[in-house]
Amino acid sequence: MPSGFGERRVRGIFVRYAPLLIIALVWEAVTRLGLVSGTLLPPFSTVLLSFVTLLRDGTLVPNALASLMRGAAGLALAIAGGSALGAGMALSPRVDTAVGPLVQAFYPLPKTALVPLVMVWFGLGDMAKIVLIFLGCLLPVILGTYNGLRGVDRVLAWSARSLGASRREVVREVLFPAAMPQILTGLRTATAFAFLLMVASELIIANNGLGYLIGSLGDNGAYPAMFASILTVTALGFLADRGFAAISRRLLRWRA
Amino acid sequence: MNVAPARPAEEAGIVIEHLSHTYAPEAGTGVLALDDVSLTVERGSFHALLGPSGCGKSTLLFCIGGFLPLQAGRIRTARGPVSGPGPERGVVFQNFALFPWKTVRENVLYGIGKRGIRGAAAREIAQHFIDLVHLTGFEGSFPSQLSGGMQQRAALARTLAAEPDILLMDEPFGALDAQTRRIMQEELLAIWRQTEKTVVFVTHDVAEAVYLADAISVMSARPGRIRETVAAGFNRDPDPAVVRRPAFTDLVELLWELVKSEVEACRPALASVA
Repeated sequence: MPSGFGERRVRGIFVRYAPLLIIALVWEAVTRLGLVSGTLLPPFSTVLLSFVTLLRDGTLVPNALASLMRGAAGLALAIAGGSALGAGMALSPRVDTAVGPLVQAFYPLPKTALVPLVMVWFGLGDMAKIVLIFLGCLLPVILGTYNGLRGVDRVLAWSARSLGASRREVVREVLFPAAMPQILTGLRTATAFAFLLMVASELIIANNGLGYLIGSLGDNGAYPAMFASILTVTALGFLADRGFAAISRRLLRWRA
Repeated sequence: MNVAPARPAEEAGIVIEHLSHTYAPEAGTGVLALDDVSLTVERGSFHALLGPSGCGKSTLLFCIGGFLPLQAGRIRTARGPVSGPGPERGVVFQNFALFPWKTVRENVLYGIGKRGIRGAAAREIAQHFIDLVHLTGFEGSFPSQLSGGMQQRAALARTLAAEPDILLMDEPFGALDAQTRRIMQEELLAIWRQTEKTVVFVTHDVAEAVYLADAISVMSARPGRIRETVAAGFNRDPDPAVVRRPAFTDLVELLWELVKSEVEACRPALASVA
């Protein structure tokens, strides 16, 4: 590969994320110039220093791991359950009739409203958070799978059948691959919801995790460390989304 | 109307008897798309179904394909009564219906795999059909990277590779530009002469039907009935100048009059809808 390609790529990334850099610089400037009170918004460099401190004193990594474990568990359960339910609804009118109204009723409910209820039912430990993340991520996965499978052009299935595929093979070999773009879109939304619910549930009641860290640092007035924790969540969410986008591009490279 | 006395389907290619089909929407009244259609397609012949848009010719093709449930009447082929899709009846759709996540080679391999052939033998068969439709060099391309004409070649290769006895084609060249369509028609005829398959070809293009077919069934406007079946047979003549012969142009003219009267019969109905 020519070296010019790598250089251009680096420049492309730089240009794409330049706005973030500008925000960081403006942040630093307005706080240093005294335009914004340092207690309301600590300078960006102070936040970065506190990030290093949190990393060094062993606060950040265990809390981040605790959060990510909950997020991953809830998301994984939602992907397994949601794709099964979505597929059931799309492929069987009976399942659709039975589950469809439930899904429609559950859809507009903000899942954070369930936090107290889930805490009462599942206690204050990991289980409650995982259940909450699972519930929040379930619907985007169901809807992505359902709409994806329902939207497949019937002639694709007909083609496969007339080429000798059984009904079961059509589902596995044609309907799911054809629905994959929409399924992945649902999974991407679910990943974002997982972060949202992870932090929200830990903010309310927890004794570890990034949400807990943000809440307790804020309560103690340790604002630079709190901002550092918020930035950590943001960065992890961003990395998860970018990673997801990269996997999607790979899986969907057949698209023009 | 040309109603064949029920001949055994082993002798003929496809025997359709008293076939009716109604599309029943979830709400409202059903639409009668096919009304008591009987038709015999000779084995090894190229049979065109010609008619105005919405006359039920695609419905008839999809019934032969086994994609639509048979409501009234029956369809038989040499393999017995049609009760669902089967690999002995290959289909080529207007919009190609290629698997977009598979390359040309993988698409062609799909039906070969379903015949239980895998590995090097399967790849060899796939290559044969890819070469036959002149897609050599595009084996690794995804459908989205190909032109419409090339996509339809790939779809034809995929269908032929499953070795069907019967080829069902639903306006396969309808989405192509005029030049590509003409080339595809010539190549389809060349392939058909080599493979001796029974072909049912749906089209609304009169000249296309006369150019390609042994026999042409003109369908009436909805509800679809077979109005007339005429013999053509210019497809047996490899001379490209055949399209300028008086016999050819006379037949095109005759069929056009028939189709035109059907289109006009539709018009009051359309006006009342609008």
